[in-house]
Amino acid sequence: MSAPTAARVRRRARRILVSLVGLVAAAVWAFPVYWMVLSALTPNARLRSATPSFWPTHPTWHNITSVVSGPSFGPALRMSLAVTGVTVVAVLVFAFLAALAISRYRFAGRRSFVLAVLFIQMLPAEGLFIAQYKMLSSTGALNSVIGISVLYTASVVPFTVWMLRGFVAGVPVELEEAAMVDGLSRFQAFLRITLPLLAPGLVASGVYAFLQAWNEFTVALVALPSESAQTLPLWLRSFLAASVNRGVNWAEVMAASALLAVPVIVFFLFVQNRMTSGLVSGAVKG
Amino acid sequence: MTDTLVRQTSRPTTRPAAPARRRTALPYVLLLPAVGVLLLGLGYPVYWQVVTSLQEYGLAQQFGQPPTFVGLDNYARIFTAESLWAVVVRSVLFCLVNAFLTVGVGVGFALLMRAVGRVVRVVIQVSLLLAWATPMVASVTVWRWLFDWRTGVVNWLLVQVGFDGYAGHNWLAQPLSFFFVATVIIVWMSVPFVALSVFAGLTQVPDEVLEAARIDGANGRQTLRHILLPMIRPVLAIVLLLQIIWDLRVFAQIRLLQDSGAPVSDTNLLGNFIFELGIGRQDFAGAAAVSIFVLLLTIALSWPYVRSLMREQA
Repeated sequence: MSAPTAARVRRRARRILVSLVGLVAAAVWAFPVYWMVLSALTPNARLRSATPSFWPTHPTWHNITSVVSGPSFGPALRMSLAVTGVTVVAVLVFAFLAALAISRYRFAGRRSFVLAVLFIQMLPAEGLFIAQYKMLSSTGALNSVIGISVLYTASVVPFTVWMLRGFVAGVPVELEEAAMVDGLSRFQAFLRITLPLLAPGLVASGVYAFLQAWNEFTVALVALPSESAQTLPLWLRSFLAASVNRGVNWAEVMAASALLAVPVIVFFLFVQNRMTSGLVSGAVKG
Repeated sequence: MTDTLVRQTSRPTTRPAAPARRRTALPYVLLLPAVGVLLLGLGYPVYWQVVTSLQEYGLAQQFGQPPTFVGLDNYARIFTAESLWAVVVRSVLFCLVNAFLTVGVGVGFALLMRAVGRVVRVVIQVSLLLAWATPMVASVTVWRWLFDWRTGVVNWLLVQVGFDGYAGHNWLAQPLSFFFVATVIIVWMSVPFVALSVFAGLTQVPDEVLEAARIDGANGRQTLRHILLPMIRPVLAIVLLLQIIWDLRVFAQIRLLQDSGAPVSDTNLLGNFIFELGIGRQDFAGAAAVSIFVLLLTIALSWPYVRSLMREQA
């Protein structure tokens, strides 16, 4: 065998090895999600056996239907939908107006506002939740949709302002002005030209707000202490806690987890590009 | 992946728009709702915490007596207690271990994605996205199931490999193995963001540079050390900083793992400490003092990150 061929064989072997390592790493990282879905579709008796089975042998919807028809799922789902809905709408309106202000106008205090927004988005909920709890409890807003929605909106608005600012800046004003020259009013020009161009940004921001509100646990823990006002993450926690003492029904717990996770995973795959680029675009460019 | 935003932000001509020069109150009106909700949801709580941390806030005050101003007494009381420092040390250690481990594994994934072919790369990306997308509470729940002492997969696997002692081993009962499980969960959740960001950074390294290195006879390791890593240093720095900031505030994962009967006082991190002090023991003044400490620490740590973002925008 001549020397170049030997080198090629070696390179090829290396490439296969690297691919194998990559596949194993991918499998390890995806396994918990796979295990969640698999366990949700497996009868609990099967999960209790000494040797786990890693393939769906007797798939069943029983766990899912039993969780969904339980007494606490409906109220928790409604609560989550209400809180998420209010938060998404409020965040979109507030953040959009603010993004418009900072990317289309120069005004005194603009720089300080941007600086404040960037710092505020870093503040941890854990450093504020005691005060937020006291604020809600003294105004009687504990366990209410509106109370927690205000807290969620305040914590999501900063990042969405930052995200939308890039989108608004990407739409040239000249386009709007050209439409106005052609006889549209300023409002019409905005509605017909600018808004459609901003649609991807608004969708991405909306999904981001949805993910934050839907998944949130920490603030909900202090703001919604009542069992009847739980959102889905709190509900999942009590669902598991309720069965800890009498031998956990992991099949149903995994069904509950999957019910919480699957819509989120779908939305996430849709929005993640925007999120990564928003967080590190400055660094990548630098 | 990053092109869209980079393109948008690096076009200064469109930003300070033509009508901007006119003096108008309109931008302030546009900012009003956002500023209003921020003041209500975050501003007032911060103000309340500053005031409360400087006051006596005991049972009498709970029942309506006007609070008395006590200066820095609460800070002195809390920060001379040994219990707080144990928590601070534990939190900082936990944070650093998790942050560096996450960035290390994340960089490993990014380099791996660069080395493999297109198909394998997509497979890796999808599995990272799955881990990233799973809601935190669901993730912790799955991992509690994986580490379940009776029928969990981890114990089963360890026994299969020959560690018979792990049959029925309860990971969450001891502080050290409790934090091991917490680290596994947090690294698993956080690696995707690091890996995808660093990979995005790696794709920006120009091919000519790499080709020049190859022609000059640099091998893989030399290219990595002298070309790739220096060129992605800005991304690495930001990602590490964000991980440190995020891992310092870990609260929910610990809280959820404690549900399985872990020794609470030995496994509390800063957030859990505040929660217990405030909600549990109703010591609002003390909790406010620790919260202010956490907020100041976060602002100090965030400074370089915010500055790098401002540089891009201003």
